[in-house]
Amino acid sequence: MATEPAGRLSSKDLVGIAPLQAGEIQLILNTAAELLEVARRPIKKVPTLRGHTVVNLFMEPSTRTRFSFEVAEKRLSADTLNFSASASSVSKGETLFDTADNLMAMAPDFIVIRHPRSGAPHRLAKRVSASVINAGDGINEHPTQALLDAFTMQQRRGRLDGLKVVIAGDIRHSRVARSNTYLLTKMGADVHLVAPASLMPPGIESLGATTWLRLEPALEGADVVMMLRIQKERQQQCNFPSLREYFDFFALTPQRLRLARPNALVMHPGPMNRGVEIDSEVADGDQSVILEQVTNGVAIRMAILYLLAGGHGESASHS
Amino acid sequence: MTKGMSAGLQRVQVLDRVAMERTLARMAAEMVEHDAGPIMLVGIHTRGVPLASKLATLIEATSERTVPVGTLDITLYRDDVGPWRPAHSQPVLKRTHLPDSIDGVTVYLVDDVLFTGRTVRAALDSLLDYGRPRAVRLAVLIDRGHRELPIAADVVGKTVPTGLHEDVQVRLDDVDAECGVWIQKGGKGGNDGD
Repeated sequence: MATEPAGRLSSKDLVGIAPLQAGEIQLILNTAAELLEVARRPIKKVPTLRGHTVVNLFMEPSTRTRFSFEVAEKRLSADTLNFSASASSVSKGETLFDTADNLMAMAPDFIVIRHPRSGAPHRLAKRVSASVINAGDGINEHPTQALLDAFTMQQRRGRLDGLKVVIAGDIRHSRVARSNTYLLTKMGADVHLVAPASLMPPGIESLGATTWLRLEPALEGADVVMMLRIQKERQQQCNFPSLREYFDFFALTPQRLRLARPNALVMHPGPMNRGVEIDSEVADGDQSVILEQVTNGVAIRMAILYLLAGGHGESASHS
Repeated sequence: MTKGMSAGLQRVQVLDRVAMERTLARMAAEMVEHDAGPIMLVGIHTRGVPLASKLATLIEATSERTVPVGTLDITLYRDDVGPWRPAHSQPVLKRTHLPDSIDGVTVYLVDDVLFTGRTVRAALDSLLDYGRPRAVRLAVLIDRGHRELPIAADVVGKTVPTGLHEDVQVRLDDVDAECGVWIQKGGKGGNDGD
């Protein structure tokens, strides 16, 4: 059964998947499905957010998420301002709130924030009147990634309810895994998390997922296999003996993929480490929807900007 | 006119099913007469879509030409999306689909009611982002007056003088439980389904 979409989002912000209702998630997915069409037009731009200003505040390196937001903002005709940690006064010691107060003095309508500290977008959302969109905070959440992943599954399979989704990799440091687990369990999917014991956070089962310390047994009957990047920058200590050993036990190889359903989707949020968590043959194979995820990411981010763009006041008559 | 008072809530029928069918047949004939070359009908959501299909069927039956039909959602081009709308209640997006290139084709925009003209303005902006038609014309079932922009229809089913506090209700088999056109007195002044 498809979830009935909500009429509107209940918050001015999108700080995570955890506070969303299933109906709100369905509304975002349905809106994105219509916005996909904009990318196929000769003129890939609509005037909807003319005069709206979006600040992209990226305090952590990001290429595809930042580009994806920027493309989404431009396709809706919003004006964009880009702040990155290295080039801004943050590197001179300014606090998040001081940065936010200064940004608000320029009256933006949206702040898209990527931050290394978990919870930073939530704090910012309470501080400012602009709509805050979380583009990834520490090891907490990455809601737009989970929404585009779910959107890709729904476009390909027509539903989320009842799908068996295997997410494998560095679960402990992965905001993608957390957001996906929140989202997929709310929408009725069956979530299986796979990681070596050192990278499996204790208590993660409480989110409604099944956990596995080996990849092979988890793959049986899987509709979707999502591989996560081994985040070298978040490995403070040695969680596994070597990348080679990780590949031997946890990488998605053509042999292992055959344990899943014959037409199972292969997904990866990027950037990929070929030969670490995923074999090139699988990454480039027929079952891979990795590049589709990138295209869908723009539509999802357009949908969120569109839905959050409501202001206050009377609706004008229109006929 | 009383506003929202129960005594003022009268519903007057302007077209019944038979009259609507006759009106649509005449509109189709006028469109054939008007343009000998290739035409495409593009229905504006919501009720312009089934009307465009009906008109295309009528034109094809009488003139032996193929008439492609498209749909247009003008939401992303509205002038009341954004700070003027109530918080967090953006209109639901619907599908825009043009079956073919519109370059060099005469496109008829089709809608149920022509009122302020703002929908048509948005539809023109939207359509022209898809190409350069030879001409764009406008066909509406009901013209109720009260234009706020310099826009006129090329083909009109029926002109109905209305007050600002009356609603024009177009009901079609494919969308609604009944078929016909009514004026609801004492309404908020609009086209419902809008």
